[in-house]
Amino acid sequence: MDPLTRRTFLLASGAVGGGALAAAGLGIAELLAKGDKDGEPGPADTLVIVTLYGGNDGLNTVIPYADPAYHSARPELAYAPEEVLHLDGVLGLNPALGGLKRLWDDKRLAVVLGVGYPRPDRSHFRSMDIWQTASPDAPIRTGWVGRWLDGIQASPEAAVSFEPVLPPLLAGETRAGASVTLGAPQLPAGISAEMVRALGREQRGEDVLQARAATALHDFLRVDGLIRRVRESDQPFEAGEAGHLPATGTGGETSLATQLALVHRCIEAGVPTQVYSVSLGGFDTHADERPAQERLLKEVDGALTMFMDRLATSPAGRNVTVVVYSEFGRRVRANASDGTDHGTAGPVFVLGPRVVGGFHGEQPSLTDLDDGDLKATTDFRDVFGTLLASVLHADPARYLEGYQPKPLSLIAL
Amino acid sequence: MSDSVALLLRRVGFGPTSSELAAASKAGYAATVARLMDPGEQDRGAAAAPMPELGPDAFDDLPDPGAERRAAAEALRRQQTDTIIRWWLDRLTVADHQATEKLLFFWHGHWATSIRKVGSPQFMLAQHQKMRSSPTFTTMARKLVTDPALVYWLDGHTNTRRAPNENLARELMELFMLGIGQYSERDVKAAGRALTGWKTDLSVPATAIFVPKDHDAGPKTILGATAKFDALSLVDHLAARPACPRFIADRLWFRYASATEPIPESTRGKMVAAFPVGISMLRALVEDEQFRSGRYRMVKQPMEWLVGAMRQLGIRPARLSGEAFHTVVSGLKGLGQVPFAPPSVAGWPSGTAWLTSSAAQVRLGLAGVLAELAGDSWITVERLADVLVVPTWTNRTYAALKQSTTPQELITLGLASPEYLVN
Repeated sequence: MDPLTRRTFLLASGAVGGGALAAAGLGIAELLAKGDKDGEPGPADTLVIVTLYGGNDGLNTVIPYADPAYHSARPELAYAPEEVLHLDGVLGLNPALGGLKRLWDDKRLAVVLGVGYPRPDRSHFRSMDIWQTASPDAPIRTGWVGRWLDGIQASPEAAVSFEPVLPPLLAGETRAGASVTLGAPQLPAGISAEMVRALGREQRGEDVLQARAATALHDFLRVDGLIRRVRESDQPFEAGEAGHLPATGTGGETSLATQLALVHRCIEAGVPTQVYSVSLGGFDTHADERPAQERLLKEVDGALTMFMDRLATSPAGRNVTVVVYSEFGRRVRANASDGTDHGTAGPVFVLGPRVVGGFHGEQPSLTDLDDGDLKATTDFRDVFGTLLASVLHADPARYLEGYQPKPLSLIAL
Repeated sequence: MSDSVALLLRRVGFGPTSSELAAASKAGYAATVARLMDPGEQDRGAAAAPMPELGPDAFDDLPDPGAERRAAAEALRRQQTDTIIRWWLDRLTVADHQATEKLLFFWHGHWATSIRKVGSPQFMLAQHQKMRSSPTFTTMARKLVTDPALVYWLDGHTNTRRAPNENLARELMELFMLGIGQYSERDVKAAGRALTGWKTDLSVPATAIFVPKDHDAGPKTILGATAKFDALSLVDHLAARPACPRFIADRLWFRYASATEPIPESTRGKMVAAFPVGISMLRALVEDEQFRSGRYRMVKQPMEWLVGAMRQLGIRPARLSGEAFHTVVSGLKGLGQVPFAPPSVAGWPSGTAWLTSSAAQVRLGLAGVLAELAGDSWITVERLADVLVVPTWTNRTYAALKQSTTPQELITLGLASPEYLVN
């Protein structure tokens, strides 16, 4: 692949140069500011957030294979010790996660054990809301990344989602991430970017809300232009359409590999985005769980390892950290349909060249349960707080609704 | 004058048609308010969109379904969810009693309950029916406190004497009846005890079922009063607090007048005097000079934007193909406002939250779809302002509209324009 330089993509996107300048509605100061940064390798640090929708079964992802309680609680669902990819004497990875095992051996994979929050909620919807807003006590409208966007008064491209709907994670009070839809037509038939640009132009004396509505059109074109040019400038994705399952409920509708390949392109091109949000759905495995979860984990494994391997070959990849989470784990005991019902705590993966590989936190007991569910040993806000501090260089308490996170040693400083 | 009537119609309904505006302008502001707030005879438009009959819930009598039956039941629920969403969109589009319908949509956002957790379309429709049949806020609160959708949504079914769950009690005070800061944590705990003992049953969408042995019948002290409170006496107690009418007045102001400017004290006073009749409170609001001044601007909620556009362009949701309907609903999803599925118990976002760059993209796409559905009719830039009831195009938008080469392009740009979105 021939990586685009920052200047090339700005030129290609129409944001810089000649007649395109005026049409894009960018001020001269903005152009100069961008120009000044030319040659720099994009933002210093990038966080990629991977959301697994549906409640991934943590106990069959990071498997306590040596614990007899694991085998007796779910005899039909349990993996035999020899099937598991051993990480140590008690825990191992699902056999579908061979790529992650390799990253583990390379010390590029951290596994945070038993991650959850107090008084767990078993609704997909509410629990995902809790993870994304980082507010377990009361429902709020902003996500933790959204509040960070507010706090730094971020530009529209600072956080980008490749999901069809902007996740609550990226919604702030005054800022929001941009959602770039893949595959969908960019604009309605007959509507040109020029028309939309005209509609988004500033109008002197306009009411402040109306002016915001115009700016939104302008911002959409700008982000869309940035991302699309990066995407179209290169050969088609090899990972593209392969291996995707129809997702139940919310979650990425494009394969995770495609989304991550696009993130990689953007990072290589130096797009000034600091947070990417990607997702995969379908983890709600109430019945016939083993084959279904293996297919999904294989997709996660393939997409993540390809992403990490590509990043390893370039300087821009050195500052990228990936976090993978789901809204809850599943119950310890299997149900009557060879599946599991909604549960509580689960493992969170953190990957990247700066990551301190290995286990973090404590595996929850399989015998000391809370009404049949695992007791969380690490609060998810400690994980996100650590990422806010070490990757986004922000004061985590400011964006976690007053929660004081305990820093984890996930990232090498 | 006619601008102020246009504002009235836009705020209390879902987007007037040009003929509705012409008739209202002729009748004048006062007569239009009277007609909207007390429309009298049956709604002839809405008669074309009768509420659907869903039959029993697909999961009723399926205690431990196998994979296949579960999938079939889930598919049926999805289909019925589509049915009630399509019905409501259609009803809002064809109804003549626009103020009544808009106020119901307001109450849905107020008692924000989502099918995404509740699951049962029957529960959601039964809840809707309760709001529709409640002439006053107090009646509505009494019906909803034991409504299965609301109880399940806020975990009331797990709230028992031995293992209390305060979720419903807290939201009843904070979001539904009093507003934050009007109660203490001790009040929440005690109110939680008053609400113990209600279970939900999928075969009974009309009401939750009282289980005396799970109810805490002891005395509770709530906001200074001690009594053996239960669900209904708790609601009556809260409704009688001075904070309740004030809170409801604030919420109405927030959705009908301004999401950014606080309610003026004099306006609130007039609205509080009309409590507990919701439509009378709304009437007090729109008759107040503050509202009429036209000083307060609002961003249209996606439902206002969409339903208004369909009314103005003559599109009937009931007649859309399955594919077109799904495109419209996924557009609403992208904009963050699917009826029966508010994002959280705190209700819909407001103001600039609707103005993200991703919403701009979705709105453009949906505008294109609506323009296609509107059919091929001759239209000019000037006529478009009439059709969409936009007082005047800015020079900026006028220039953009002039670039269009087909009626579809023109309508698309008009629907996506900042002045159509903000009013």
